[in-house]
Amino acid sequence: MKGKLVQSIRNLSTQIVLLAVTAPVFILLASWGEIWELLLSPVLPDLQQYLYPRFGLWQLIWQHVVMVFISSTLSVLVGVGLGMLATRRVGRDFLPALNGLVSIGQTFPPVAVLVLAVPVLGFGAGPTIAALFLYGLLPIVRNTISGLESVKPEVREAATGMGMSEVQTLRWVEMPLSFPVIMAGVKTSVIINIGTATIGATIGAGGLGAPIVTGLASDNIAYILQGSVIAALFAIIVDTLLEMVERIFVSRR
Amino acid sequence: MIRLQAVSKSYGTIEAVTQLDLTVDEGELCCLIGPSGCGKSTVLKMINRMVEPTSGVITIGGRNIREMVPEQLRRGIGYVIQSIGLFPHMTVRDNILVVPRLLKWEDDKAAARAAELLDLFELSPAQFSGKYPGELSGGQAQRVGVARALAADPKIVLMDEPFGALDPINREHLQNQFLAIQRELRKTIVFVTHDIDEAVRLGSKVALLRQGRLVQYATPEQLLSSPADSFVKKFVGLDRALKRLSRLSTQDYLRPAAAVTMSIPPEELRRQFQLLDESQCARYLWVIDEKCRLMGWIDATNGASSVTLKEGLVEFDPAEMTVKENYSLKHALSMFVQQGVVCLPVVDDQRVLRGEIRLADVLQS
Repeated sequence: MKGKLVQSIRNLSTQIVLLAVTAPVFILLASWGEIWELLLSPVLPDLQQYLYPRFGLWQLIWQHVVMVFISSTLSVLVGVGLGMLATRRVGRDFLPALNGLVSIGQTFPPVAVLVLAVPVLGFGAGPTIAALFLYGLLPIVRNTISGLESVKPEVREAATGMGMSEVQTLRWVEMPLSFPVIMAGVKTSVIINIGTATIGATIGAGGLGAPIVTGLASDNIAYILQGSVIAALFAIIVDTLLEMVERIFVSRR
Repeated sequence: MIRLQAVSKSYGTIEAVTQLDLTVDEGELCCLIGPSGCGKSTVLKMINRMVEPTSGVITIGGRNIREMVPEQLRRGIGYVIQSIGLFPHMTVRDNILVVPRLLKWEDDKAAARAAELLDLFELSPAQFSGKYPGELSGGQAQRVGVARALAADPKIVLMDEPFGALDPINREHLQNQFLAIQRELRKTIVFVTHDIDEAVRLGSKVALLRQGRLVQYATPEQLLSSPADSFVKKFVGLDRALKRLSRLSTQDYLRPAAAVTMSIPPEELRRQFQLLDESQCARYLWVIDEKCRLMGWIDATNGASSVTLKEGLVEFDPAEMTVKENYSLKHALSMFVQQGVVCLPVVDDQRVLRGEIRLADVLQS
């Protein structure tokens, strides 16, 4: 048991180091407002204000997290579900159509999805979440399908031959085997969503995009940096955490 | 036990299996053999409903399998495929316990069963239970594959070229092991192979198929001695007689062997030699140590009366000059020819002398 713990810690060493570096910086930058003036005043002496005034940074982070969390959770549930359905016997017919749709969807830039969502859904966090959900769906569906398709036919044959039902095969064999690929899709999706969610600010969704948009409008580089640096650190941290989750579940093979 | 009645399977206009009647009795090991595309795998897969027949009836123990739930039917039938299909994300133990867990066995019972099966296949449970399939050699993986099929102690086992992907040495080793296990367990086995040697060696019955039709269904001996037609003759090959030898094992021809120990006094040795002279064939004595392990032989022909044991002892490489009881006669014959001898010592794993076999006996078979 102890050996297992040691091994899993060794397995996660890169992620642990990465977190140990990024998390304190993230917390420091988010909590201690004056640090921005301290760091930026030598480089940008002309600015009147160094800290985005409308909301506290933690508040913006929270808005951002809520948007990303809701949209990504929906993307995972629906995306994995669609992927599973399309690889079942009953859903096989939809597979080519879904594959086509997914690859076309991937070529759309995220901004375009957001812009298209406004006339349909209006302004605010709601349409942003909807757009993020749709855009985040694509890598998950794609990876779920390719993950499930990559399960070797003989493994599936053995499962059926031993008397597993289709659901049991999916639960005990296909899902565990395609988990790493699905997880890669989830990571891509969440990271894209964290970045894309900043654009939500242009349609009034708040979040870390708000200082960026305001900064761009009022020519305040400090605001832009606040939004983007914190969003970037946030993305790195989430990516690392998801990587850790994946490694814990796929301990060795 | 397993009975196929007028079973046909067609894919579109292609008939894979045509009007097949086949009965496999309980405890029988029935080898389905034939050229590729003869429908043998299809027949196998119809028995556990991986493939549904187009027409005809298949019964197991008198019950029509159409009336059973496919999953439940399959849980009662062991299934081994050539590509093994071990689940790469599960340990060896978990792989073996798939069916027992599907059947909701209790954990203690299941764990004991896994250890028992690993032991049966000479894979030490302590060493192998926790391994992943990726860490196993081909032979080990296939043994786990067979163990997995036997896990829930099914009455019937279906095997689709289970040893086909192994190298010849591993294959023979596994065949021997499998035969020994089957002698003990007496499962009803349907075994698909394209290798006539394998079929003749393992099968208690051989069903030869051609283009989806049964050409001959007989014991291996019958198949080899009286092939039904020219196709069967061609398929079993011109070395039919040799193949029959592979059905027999050295222990069927085991004779007691004359042996002396290292510590034998010279006068006693001379007396033994004189005894030999009376029997025509043997002109040598096997030499064993105090634990009955074979050390070599001593030749009685040259100067039998004067030679001492130490001078006359001929040592040899046991791998090239001895056979074991479970070796096939074909194997033994090859060793006779290779070594140019008329007699070979039979030993067990510890090199303990069990007897000898003579070429003359083999030729008379």
